Formats: sequence, structure tokens, C-alpha cells
Amino acid sequence: MSLLAQKNPEAPAGSHSDSAAAFVPDQSRAERKTSYAVDDFAVPGGREEAWRFTPVDRLSALFHVAPTQTDKVTVDIQAPAEVTTSLVDPKAAGVLVPADRVAAVAWAGEAKATLVSIPAEAELAEPVRITITATDLARVNGHLVIDAGHHSKATVVLTHRGSAECAANVEIKVGDGAELTFVTVQEWDDDAHHVTQNDALIGRDARLRHIAVTLGGKVVRVSTNARYSGPGGSFEGLGVYFADAGQHQEHRLFVDHEAPHCHSNVEYKGALQGDTAHTVWVGDVLIRASAEGTDTYELNRNLVLTEGGRADSIPNLEIETGEIVGAGHASATGRFDDEQLFYLQARGIPEDVARRLVVRGFFASIVARIGVPEVSDHLMEVIDAELGAVPGIGAIEDVA
Amino acid sequence: MATLEIRGLTVTVDVEDGTKEILRGVDLTVKSGETHAIMGPNGSGKSTLAYSIAGHPKYTVTGGTVTLDGEDVLAMKVDERARAGLFLAMQYPVEVPGVTVSNFLRTAKTAIDGQAPKLRHWVKDMKGAMEALRMDPTFAERNVNEGFSGGEKKRHEILQMELLKPKIAILDETDSGLDVDALRVVSEGVNRAKDSSEVGVLLITHYTRILRYIKPDFVHVFVDGKIVEEGGPELADRLEAEGYDRYLATQA
Repeated sequence: MSLLAQKNPEAPAGSHSDSAAAFVPDQSRAERKTSYAVDDFAVPGGREEAWRFTPVDRLSALFHVAPTQTDKVTVDIQAPAEVTTSLVDPKAAGVLVPADRVAAVAWAGEAKATLVSIPAEAELAEPVRITITATDLARVNGHLVIDAGHHSKATVVLTHRGSAECAANVEIKVGDGAELTFVTVQEWDDDAHHVTQNDALIGRDARLRHIAVTLGGKVVRVSTNARYSGPGGSFEGLGVYFADAGQHQEHRLFVDHEAPHCHSNVEYKGALQGDTAHTVWVGDVLIRASAEGTDTYELNRNLVLTEGGRADSIPNLEIETGEIVGAGHASATGRFDDEQLFYLQARGIPEDVARRLVVRGFFASIVARIGVPEVSDHLMEVIDAELGAVPGIGAIEDVA
Repeated sequence: MATLEIRGLTVTVDVEDGTKEILRGVDLTVKSGETHAIMGPNGSGKSTLAYSIAGHPKYTVTGGTVTLDGEDVLAMKVDERARAGLFLAMQYPVEVPGVTVSNFLRTAKTAIDGQAPKLRHWVKDMKGAMEALRMDPTFAERNVNEGFSGGEKKRHEILQMELLKPKIAILDETDSGLDVDALRVVSEGVNRAKDSSEVGVLLITHYTRILRYIKPDFVHVFVDGKIVEEGGPELADRLEAEGYDRYLATQA
């Protein structure tokens, strides 16, 4: 079985050539190059598998090392008292190795990493809030390390705002038995470019909820890679995105199951509105021979609200053992449903409220799963605003 | 006192090779408190009439008028027609994922009344209406029509009719797909709405069985896009006995 065949950039679009004779079969997803050295990655031309959906011509600034323009960037960290923050050696965490040129550039651009440490067994009453704000397309190189000690429980919300050329790496280490919710919110101004790699290492019986919320920016690309350092770990990858005209939003996930009896569940939902809105979702899952008892599922749904949007959705599943609990994926992209609109309007509901109901309904299940009220409430407000909602029209909150 | 007046209504629908005329001049008047049954064979255009009055974009009105108390219904948008007092219980209600029945009903009630219903009364009204239609209370938290059985969908349509209190309700094949028990429950709901309000009902059906529970004042036989015969309840009995062959034969 070679769903990976389509990864060959030379293959014609849409070809799922299962015949190995057609070309040298691509290696396993696991064999994709990682390196700290920028020069180990050529400047992408757009035909490479990892870049074939990305408008690389708009990202030229992020393919070259440059210092962070600290005078135009603020990083605000608010955390409960037991959380410590410090600057550490970039390799101290050892979770992330850059997997593309931008990640290597980001790595080279920061001498130190910012470590946010949640002590073992600590249960945080409030989320850790990290907000990066930039102006005037300032260059930002990010390197953030979240270290959740064993059996801790915490939520970390990383928010990006303003105007930036941002290349960033995030390392997430979830200690044994810990439960961490990490939210990365991309709410940039319309001109921002942001390419980030998030790597997570999930400990024994630990649980990571990684949530990506992308609402702004000109080009945003979030690559999330999850691995397990022991059995019994759980990764939940949730994503919500809303692309307007001219926006490119790309989310790539790779869940690497090597430890046995681990669980992963990925659900990304996006809406597109306006001409040239483009979203990309790539979900790779690898179940290695040693990962017996794996249970994994991936889901991507896109709702195209207007003409002219384009949603690419590519799930890939690579299975090296039959001794698993389950493995599956689903992907669907649909247009706004006129019949739903008619049904609601036929009950007196004005068109704008009906559209909001349908879009809110589309996102409802995933928003409920986010489970961080300050994130989900804000998210729905932004989506309402995107839909041109007029405050006070239509009662659409649920009551008991 | 409300009057829905349909005069010379002609409607086309787009088909692969152009347009097809479905309604060929419909004349019909429905007043408050009256119950009209429109009966006809499959493909005669009964549902088209229902959806055209409600304003479904698939249908193009090419001639004639539809007024509600003198107001031009055809000039209104779909939601404006509903707010003016028209209601269509659909044959195939649409699923709306992620929108709960309770949220949907309250949003619709707010839109129809122009203000949010008083919470305490509303919850009581909704629970009462659901109970009368033998709907489980958990129904309110399910998503609109998602995973509903045929019977549940129809109960949900009639629940809306009872709560939204339209002036004129069009019931499009509400009896289709219902077993006898469900048919009785749904019919009782329609009769409750008739008893508790002045609603005028336009009942579209292929079979006469729902007319055993909902008594029509007028029966119209609908064939090939128009009304070909009108009468009282006795006409339904005759259709029951003879079927539509008589009308179809004259066409051939």
C-alpha cells in the first residue's frame, strides 16, 4: 500500500500511482530530512512535496537568516506563580529538529530559546498566556519551549498579532502522565507571513491537546509534528481556520506512532470566504511496526462560503503493523448549502442570521472540543465578525 | 382574518435542456380557519406549488400573483414570507448540523415575533408542545433534523407550526412515510393548532388517509400543474374509491 506515492513531486497531479514501476517509490514519511543547518535545505522553488501548495514567492524573506527586530516586537508572558520562564540553550529541550528551511532559519536566528516550565504535578488554575505582537512587517524569529512536568495539568495559549515576517519553532515536551493543552492562535494583520514548526514529544500516559486557530495573516503555515516517548500517550490535534480573500492558510500534521498503545485524533475544520482564499490541510500519520495497539483517526472538513475559494485536503496513512485498534481518516469539502439556508429562512430567520447559524453549526462540534473558553468564545466572535454579523440581531445562544 | 390568494400562478423550473413549466395557472384562495386539501398524482406539481409560495429559489414564477392580505408575497424574500405569516411544513426537512432544535426554534420564534420570547414561557411552551407530540425532551438538544427518523422529522415540522403560529400553513405531504400511530400524533398536532388559532391550512397529499384525521373543508384535485376539480370533503371520498385515473385518462 502506497498512499505515499502521490508525494513524488514529479507525479502528475491527482495520480495515485500504485505501480512502483512508475518511479522510485518515495521513502516513508519518517525519512524526510531534518537538520539544524540552513544550508541542508535548498531555498524552496514550490515544486517540492513539502512546499507544493505554498506560495513560496511570497515567503522569500523567511528563507534567509536575519535577526529579530526587537524594537518592533513585544513578547508578553502571563503565567501563574508556579510557572517559570528562562532563556536556555536552543538544544536543551531536544524535541525539535528543523524539518524545512524556514524552521532552520528560525533556529539560526535565535541564540537562546525561551523556556516555559510547568513544574511536575502542578495543576495550573489559569492558562499561561504568551502574546507575540509585531509591527511594520518586523522580522521575528521564535523559539519557544513548553516543558510540562510529569503529572502536571496546564493550558498554554500562544497568540500572534500584528504585522510580521515570522519564522518560529515551538517545542512541546509533555512529561509522563501530564495533561497539556497548547493553543496557537494566528490572528495576524492581513500582511503578515508566518511559518512555524511545532514539535511535541508526549510522555508515557501523557495527553497533549494541540489546537491551532488561524484567522489572520497573508500566508500562515503551521507544521505540527507529534511523537511519543512512551506507551499510553494521547495526541489530540484540533484546528479551526477561516480564510478570506487573498489569504493562504496551511496546516500540516505528522503524527509518528512508534510507541505502542498510543492514541491520536486529528480534527481540522475550516471555512473559506472570498476570491483566492486558499487553505491547505495535510495530515500524515505513520504507524510503525513497533506501534501495536495504536488508535488513530484524522478528519478534515472545509466549508466554501463563496465562489473562488480553494481548499486542498490530503490525509495520508502509512501503516507498518496490523496489530492496531483502529486507523482511519476522512476529508470533505463542501459548498455552503442553499437548502439549509432556505430551510432556516422559511422559518423567518433572516439570511445573515441563517448564514451565521450554519457556519456556527459547522464549527460547533470542534469549538466545543477546544474546551478553553477564552479561545473558543473569541474565535466565534471573530467568525461572526467575518460573516458581517450585526451585534444584537438574532438570538443564537443556547439556553438550558 | 387572513387570506392567501393565488391567481393564475405559472411556475417553471430549470432542466437540462431549458426550462419546464410545472404550474400552469393555479387559482386558489385560503382563508383563516379553513382547511383545504390539495390532492393529486405524483408529479402533478403539488410540491412545486408549496415551494413556490414559500419562495424556494429553484422555482421561477413566470406569471400570476400570490398575495397575503393583499400584500405581494412574490416580492418578499423567503424569510419575509415566513414573517408575514406563511409556514411550509416540508416533505423533506433539511439537516442543519451543529444547530440544536432548541436554538433553532428560539431563533425562529424571535425572528417571527420580532422579539425574543420570554424565557420562562418559551421553555414551558416548547416542552408542552413536544410532550403533546410525544417527543422526548432530549430532542431539543439534538441537531436540526440530523439523524431524525421520518416520523421525527414530521413531528418536528408540526412542532414548529404549533410554536410559530402562522396565519397560513402549507403542509407538503406531511403524511408521507408515517405509520398509523405517527400519523395520528402529527394530525392531532395540526388539529391543536387549528383549534387554538385561526390558522388556515393547505394540506397537500397524495393519499386520503390523513384526511381521516384532519377534516378538510375544501378538496382540490391537482393534475398537470393546475386545479381540475373542486368540491367538499365528499370529493376526497370519491378519490379514495376511484383514484386519479379519471383525470389522467382525460389527458391522454
